[in-house]
Amino acid sequence: MSGEYILTVSDLSVTLQGQPILSGVSFAIRRGTTLAVVGPNGAGKSVLFRALLGLVPHTGSIEWGGKVKIGYVPQIVSVRDIPISVGEFLSMRRASSPSEALRSVGLDAAVMKKNLGVLSGGQLRRVLIAWAVMDRPDILLFDEPTTGVDLDSEEAIYDMLRRLTREERMTLIMISHERHIVNDYSDIMLALDGCVKYFGDSHEIMNPDIQKVIYREEGLCIVPTVGEADG
Amino acid sequence: MVDAFSVIVGVAVGLAAGYLGAIMVLEKMALVGDALSHVALPGLALGILYGFNPFLGAFVFLFSSALIIWYIQRFTKLSFDTLVGATFTLALAIGILLVPQPDLLEALFGDVSKITGLEAAIAVVVSMTSIVLTTLIRKRIVLGLISEELAASFGVNIAVVNLAYLLLVSLVVAMGIRITGTLLVGFLVVTPAAAAKTISPNLSRYFMLSSAFGSLSAVAGILVSDFLSQPPGPMVVLSGVSIFIVVLVVRWMTKYSPI
Repeated sequence: MSGEYILTVSDLSVTLQGQPILSGVSFAIRRGTTLAVVGPNGAGKSVLFRALLGLVPHTGSIEWGGKVKIGYVPQIVSVRDIPISVGEFLSMRRASSPSEALRSVGLDAAVMKKNLGVLSGGQLRRVLIAWAVMDRPDILLFDEPTTGVDLDSEEAIYDMLRRLTREERMTLIMISHERHIVNDYSDIMLALDGCVKYFGDSHEIMNPDIQKVIYREEGLCIVPTVGEADG
Repeated sequence: MVDAFSVIVGVAVGLAAGYLGAIMVLEKMALVGDALSHVALPGLALGILYGFNPFLGAFVFLFSSALIIWYIQRFTKLSFDTLVGATFTLALAIGILLVPQPDLLEALFGDVSKITGLEAAIAVVVSMTSIVLTTLIRKRIVLGLISEELAASFGVNIAVVNLAYLLLVSLVVAMGIRITGTLLVGFLVVTPAAAAKTISPNLSRYFMLSSAFGSLSAVAGILVSDFLSQPPGPMVVLSGVSIFIVVLVVRWMTKYSPI
C-alpha cells in the first residue's frame, strides 16, 4: 500500500438546507487502494461523493494527488424515459472503442444496439462501469456497485472491479451496505454517520465490536491521522 | 398563392423547433416551451408600439425571462415548470393589454403573408445555427439527464449548458411566433418531439424524426392556411396533431416497442 496519496480530505463539512450532513470528515488514501465507505442510511455517504465531485458546497479541503481523472458510477440513473442506445451512450466518450469497453466488462457487442432503458440491472451496471473506465481513470467512485443485481452478477462485477484495479492500478472508492463485500473486496474502510466513526482495516467489518460502532450509534466521532489506516 | 418565403421559413423554423423541442420533451419541460412563448407577447407589443422589429422585442423578452427563471431555479431548486407556470401567464395578460387591437390576432395566431426575402434568410441562418449549436451541447444535456453526478464527473457544468440551451430556445421560439403566433408556438416545440419519441429506439432517430415532424407540421399548416384563408397558427397545430395521430396508429398497428 505504499505510494503517494491520491486523495486527502481534511475537516470536510457539508450542510444542506440548514441541516449538517457531514462534519469534520478527514481521511486520506493511497493510489491503488480500494476504500469502502459504509454506514447506516442517511450517514452522508452519497453526499461525500457529491462533495468529491464538487456538486455540493462544503467547507474543509479536498485535495487530489495531482491531475487525476475521475470515473464515476452512479447508483441511480434515469434512463427509462430517454431513447438512447448503449452504443450512443458509450460513444459520448471518445476515449476508446465502445465495443472494446463492453468486452472489458464482459458484455457482448450485440448489446450496443439495445436501448439503455431496457437493459437488466446487471447489464446496466456493467455498461455504466464500461463508461466509467473507458478513458482509464486514476480513481473510480462507485455508489452501491451492485444495486438491483442478482448474486451471480454481483460476484462477477466485483471480480471485474478487482481485475481492473489491479491491472490499471486504479484507486476505487465504493459505497457498500454489504459486509462480505467490504470484507472480501476492499482494503480499508471509512465508516460514516455524519462524521467519521471508523477508518481502518476493512476486515474489521466482521468484528462485532466495530459493527456496534458503525451501525448502533455507540461510537464517537473520530479524526483519523492521515496515513493511520493504510500506512 | 402561397409565398415561397413563408414555406422556406416554415421548413427552417420547423426543423429547428423540432430539434430543440426534442430536448425539451426529454427534460420534461414541455409546459415551459408553451408558457415561455407567452412571454414574447409584451416584447412584440413594445416593438409594435415603439416602431422597432417586434421579433427582436420578443427575443429580448424571451431570453430575459429564461435568464431570470434559470437564475431563480438554481437557488430555489423549484422546477422550471413551477416557476414558469407561476409567472408567465402574467406576461400573456400584460401582452394582450399592450398589443394594439388590430395587431392582436396576428401576434396571437401568426401571419406569414408579409415575410420578406431578408426575413426568410435570417430565419434560415438562425435556425441552422441553433441546430448546430444544440448539437454541440446535446451530449452534455443528455448526460445530465441520465445522472447529474455522471455529467459532473465528465466535467459538464449543467447550469451553464442549460443556460445556453434556453438562449437557443428563445431564438427559435421568437422566430416560430411568426408562423404560429405566441399562443400556439409552444406546440411547434413540443408535439413533433412527442410524436418522434414514441417511435424512436435511439437518440439520432429521435432528433431526426422530431425535426422532420416539426418541419412537416409547419409547412403543411402554412399551405392549408393559405388554401383556407385562415391564420397559420391553428393550421400548424392541426397538421402536427394529425402527424401525431398517424404515428400513434402506426405504432399500434406494428406493435412497435423501442428496444
